[in-house]
Amino acid sequence: MSAFNAIGEDREIDRDEFTPGVEPQPTWCPGCGDFGVLKSLKQALPEVGKTPEEVLTVTGIGCSGKLNSYLDTYGFHTIHGRSLPVARAAKLANTDLEVIAAGGDGDGYGIGGNHFVHTARENHDMTYIVFNNEIFGLTKGQTSPTSPKGHKSKTQPSGSAKTPIRPLSQSLTSGASYIARTAAVNPNQAKEIIAEAIEHDGFAHVDFLTQCPTWNKDARQYVPYIDVQESDDYDFDVTDRQEAAEMMHETEDVLNEGTVLTGRYYVDEDRPSYQEEKAAVGELPDQPLAERYFDEDAEWERSYDLLERHT
Amino acid sequence: MSSDELIWRIAGGSGDGIDSTSQNFAKALMRSGLDVFTHRHYPSRIRGGHTYVEIRAADREVQSRGDGYNFLLSLGDSFARNPQEEAYYGNEEIKPLSENLDDLREGGIIVYDEGLISDEDVEEIDLEARAEENDWHVFPMDLRGLAREHGREVMRNTAGVGVTAALLDMDLEHIEDLMSDAMGGDVLESNLEILHEAYETTREEYEFEHDLRAPEGTHDTEQALLSGSNAIAYGAIDAGCRFISGYPMTPWTDVFTILSQNFPDMGGISEQVEDEIAAAALAVGASHAGVKAMSGSSGGGFALMSEPLGLAEMTETPVVLIEAMRAGPSTGMPTKPEQADLEHVLYTSQGDSQRVVFAPGNIEEAYEQTRLAFDIAWDYQIPAIIIYDQKLSGENTNVDVEFFDRDVSPDLGSTLTEDELREAAHDNSGKFKRFNYADAENGVAPRSIPGQKGGRYLATGNEHSPVGHISEDPDNRVAQMDRRLEKLESIREELDEERESTQTYFGDETAEYGIITWGSSQGAVEEAVSRLNENGHSVKGLSVSDMMPFPEAEVTEFLESVDEALVVEMNATAQFRGLLQKELGRFGEKLTSLLKYNGNPFEPAEIVEGYEVNLADEDREPTAQVRIEPAAGD
Repeated sequence: MSAFNAIGEDREIDRDEFTPGVEPQPTWCPGCGDFGVLKSLKQALPEVGKTPEEVLTVTGIGCSGKLNSYLDTYGFHTIHGRSLPVARAAKLANTDLEVIAAGGDGDGYGIGGNHFVHTARENHDMTYIVFNNEIFGLTKGQTSPTSPKGHKSKTQPSGSAKTPIRPLSQSLTSGASYIARTAAVNPNQAKEIIAEAIEHDGFAHVDFLTQCPTWNKDARQYVPYIDVQESDDYDFDVTDRQEAAEMMHETEDVLNEGTVLTGRYYVDEDRPSYQEEKAAVGELPDQPLAERYFDEDAEWERSYDLLERHT
Repeated sequence: MSSDELIWRIAGGSGDGIDSTSQNFAKALMRSGLDVFTHRHYPSRIRGGHTYVEIRAADREVQSRGDGYNFLLSLGDSFARNPQEEAYYGNEEIKPLSENLDDLREGGIIVYDEGLISDEDVEEIDLEARAEENDWHVFPMDLRGLAREHGREVMRNTAGVGVTAALLDMDLEHIEDLMSDAMGGDVLESNLEILHEAYETTREEYEFEHDLRAPEGTHDTEQALLSGSNAIAYGAIDAGCRFISGYPMTPWTDVFTILSQNFPDMGGISEQVEDEIAAAALAVGASHAGVKAMSGSSGGGFALMSEPLGLAEMTETPVVLIEAMRAGPSTGMPTKPEQADLEHVLYTSQGDSQRVVFAPGNIEEAYEQTRLAFDIAWDYQIPAIIIYDQKLSGENTNVDVEFFDRDVSPDLGSTLTEDELREAAHDNSGKFKRFNYADAENGVAPRSIPGQKGGRYLATGNEHSPVGHISEDPDNRVAQMDRRLEKLESIREELDEERESTQTYFGDETAEYGIITWGSSQGAVEEAVSRLNENGHSVKGLSVSDMMPFPEAEVTEFLESVDEALVVEMNATAQFRGLLQKELGRFGEKLTSLLKYNGNPFEPAEIVEGYEVNLADEDREPTAQVRIEPAAGD
């Protein structure tokens, strides 16, 4: 018998269940793209059959970090840049949990960049949503790792001399097995991509364009957006690494020129997740480790049984 | 005829098999019925560089290295860098001989490999003259040649052990048994041949004029030889810990390695990750999801853990971290012990510290206090830290096997089951009041685990309301802060009233002078106190393990009972004395520090001398490489 009966519950799920009954007023500004991420999750989660209490939403710091204040699941609002290592461990500790990590572009591509690279490399079975507004919002508009070259801010008064990071390309090189970009201005696509990401077995990375109307751009600047799967101007195979790489490169280049490309960029259904790889070498127990602590019949090995090598 | 104690030092280059040879020899001495204690000295290099292991063996309890030593087996450094003229590092080949002479006692024995160390080099260090002056007995042996003849050159350490056994008049039985356990086939055969050949040759070639023989003893119960790192790892296993995350760093790597090797067979999980920030964050994440988890590092890596440590404090996530100190600052001396991270471990991370810190003083304490750390962490939902050092990490001593015959305690402490959650307080929307200060007992608000029905809440590093929503309301802030701090008071109460004290006392209870220490300096202080009492002084000792929450009552009682006290620790700025004065300022004038920070642990004689010079006011300067920090106002 499981100690975690919210997991795998088979019942009708209403999207309102994900709205906290005693809802704290969101601190996001009117017109903020973050509302788009929240909405897409509330739609996608019931669609893929997940109940609020079988989901753990782990966030970093920034406006994006407040996501789990407004999404009623189990939540862990961690520290700046560290949502991924916390999320990863929770999934290893209880492989039956649905784990979603989220943070901003500064959080994920800047201060947490090392964790992003390694979590993608290891292909942990989880979803990672990066709220990419091309700016540091909560600290009032400083240049971020995704801000375009020449971006002027209080901390870069002469305009940034740095070219922005390439989040999609970096994700691909690092080893993520599902990579997409969507935008708050495109709610239908966003919901579909989030649902696919949750269902994907492996590390699913969604770069989510979330306009910051207060410090950067308003929603209009992400319109028109082009879905690379639907547009006739683009033709590439999302399962082909080379073609995906080229498409990503172009997408990252043209964003700074005002062309907003979105869609699925890379999908590898064959690559085993880290959980599968670790189990294959015998280093992950069959039963989720967390269950064992609630199992009164579980047998626990003692150090006493290891002493022979010391006598 | 047997001697009171043997202190055997095997010296060579890193890679010469010093570690494994000494481990086996220590075991052989233990099996012969002696108590043993080992001390390891090595450089931060894979190959070469002067390294040694010292084994102290006697027919009585040994808790410390001795003063100097009485038997040197010098293999020479077979990985030595080629000495250039006036090379910075000098002639490394002979260092395992030349660097060890200062500590060798009068009448001691020297065996060296003349197959590697040349006669000219030996002449250059005036060995003959020094031997005469100190009444040393020198036995040059061609260990390399002997090994080559019967096996391979790397087996020269076995030849050295054979010579040792012959000179000490030891039975070869235990040594042979251990070799048979560790190897087989041709390798075993060659080694046995070399062992016997070396043994016989020594007896045939030399007349023995030395007095030193292996001590004789017996054990009533079966003994196991373990290091401090073994003890910490085994304490974690028996506390039900089955998750460890880490990044390699000397000397913490030992615990990480032991658990990584054992966890897969125990259904546990070990994760080697990208950095120490991730390592500590993983332990927090795993604990949040319902398993007993730990991480750890040494000074520099622990610095990176500051933020996840603070997160664990604020979210009240139980976790055990271990910190294996080495000489700092920065990279410092990676393989040398020091007790200079105390303040770092007590206070690192922003905000008021809300953690538990234990500093075990020996191998049994390392096991007990690791278990205690897990118990406290999970009962009170608080991070608990074990602070130890390179010395305790690597030293081996014998422990009664039955000491480990205990049950595992996988209990998750103040964690609720789904049944219990149904009865717990929720807000109107059904969110669990995980940080409910209204009903908290001892400051503890029981927690749920993700996936449980009826337990959802938000854990956050921000200050938060009972269900976990971010809150900056002043009343809530004070209530939450006070509740979290109340846990520390409750822990102190539990430690004082319900558990056996983790502090260790020794010496004459009525004494008017005291020596106080903490952590791994305990053994040397214990021996110094007993020696001072034998020398006619009236002294008692206290070794403190609880660093936070501080054992105010116990230490007060001790300090009130003495006129003056010497505070012994391995650092340059008297950090533990600083803690004593912070907690118990009124005793400041009674405290004099004895500090050592040259990379080597205290020898008992240094403490004896420190006491005689400073507290007994004997009119002489200390000769050892230690420093005195006078009492406040002196």
